[in-house]
Amino acid sequence: MVENGQREEPRELRVKPIRNGTVIDHIAGGQALNVLKILGIAGATDATVSVVMNVESGKLGKKDIVKVEDRELKEEEVNRIALIAPAATINIIRDYEVVEKSRVDLPEEIVGVVRCQNPSCISNTSEPIRSRMRVKAKNPVLLRCIYCEQPLTDKIADYLI
Amino acid sequence: MREFSREEIDSVLDLAASLETHARGKKSDILAGKSLALLFFEPSTRTRMSFETAMKRLGGSVINLGPAEGSSISKGESLADTVRVIGGYADAIVIRHPKEGSARLASEFSPVPVLNAGDGAGHHPTQTLLDLYTIRKESRLEDLSIALVGDLKYGRTVHSLAYALSLYGADITLVSPPTLRMPEPIKADLFSKGTVVRETCDLGEVINEVDVLYMTRIQRERFPDPVEYSKVARSYRITPESLMGAKRNLIIMHPLPRVDEIAPSVDETPHARYFQQSFYGVPVRMALLKMLIGGGA
Repeated sequence: MVENGQREEPRELRVKPIRNGTVIDHIAGGQALNVLKILGIAGATDATVSVVMNVESGKLGKKDIVKVEDRELKEEEVNRIALIAPAATINIIRDYEVVEKSRVDLPEEIVGVVRCQNPSCISNTSEPIRSRMRVKAKNPVLLRCIYCEQPLTDKIADYLI
Repeated sequence: MREFSREEIDSVLDLAASLETHARGKKSDILAGKSLALLFFEPSTRTRMSFETAMKRLGGSVINLGPAEGSSISKGESLADTVRVIGGYADAIVIRHPKEGSARLASEFSPVPVLNAGDGAGHHPTQTLLDLYTIRKESRLEDLSIALVGDLKYGRTVHSLAYALSLYGADITLVSPPTLRMPEPIKADLFSKGTVVRETCDLGEVINEVDVLYMTRIQRERFPDPVEYSKVARSYRITPESLMGAKRNLIIMHPLPRVDEIAPSVDETPHARYFQQSFYGVPVRMALLKMLIGGGA
């Protein structure tokens, strides 16, 4: 504790640097677990994954960070996380060095990631199809179901498959 | 209807006009040897019969799914499989299904063209096209002033029609009880296209100003209180008296079936067009069938 009673900020890193893999930075505070869900590594996985949530960020106020070791995420799988974390940056790490840095950018169509919010939509039945959403606007995100044309803007995280 | 351009709509309406004599009975063999499959998973009278008439009047034949009970659907077959199989028997499929987006799904799996004859609360594009045909033929599509009246919240026909009319720069007045107003996203869409949209609860306010009154049925089940329902239903009822100050060339349309919203005595006035409107479903559907399976326009 310092003299004025406030807790001193620890100087050490909360999670140690990774040797190889992917670091997703600047995720909006509290969304890290949804990011993992979108990446399909929310359940049982062999990957070593570190999650840091709600750390101070000059840009976002609070941000989350996800580190996935020994796996270089492909652009198309990473871009989908722009649905809930539009400011996220992707760092590909090799031998502790950032060899590639990019921002996420939503593709024109999102397949099999978000289900339609319309309970009467054919995509919410047992038909052999995957949900398909067309991206109509990126900021704020506006999706439109390709089947029933119902828009989806708010609470996109609630509809992650 | 959102994917149709004005030019595409116009080409359907032009072709429909050229086929109208055949719709009235002049012999045609344009679609001789062709077969149309009707897959109606929901009850329908006029849409199913007018598709059937359109196909037969052009010399083609029709195969019918019949009631879903006792068919492969009742055994749990997916819609995707059903259209793949039926698509092997016919040159085009007409589908009505309770789930929204079902026609889109069918078109992904079907080996032949699919026509949407209504998918739940979603779309009913052939109704919109026949509405536009009626307006063009019995009034005008340019510089039109139209009032859409009744249930604008759940009525799928008015949503598609409003969108299509926005392509023609129509001046649209929405007349409905407060609880059945047109949903905000649809209004926002219309505004963004530069369409003039007014909203009111009072039919009397607009009845003397418009070229077209498009009436829809207000369903009793939308109102928990029967007293409230009958009050609202009365205030949206058209009678010859309520038309006293209307424009001479006003036309009244209705997708039918009507209940109380248009008094039978209005049928005898020069304003009534709902039965012609219903008939125009035949030439419009003929045009679509010819475009899809008869070698284009």
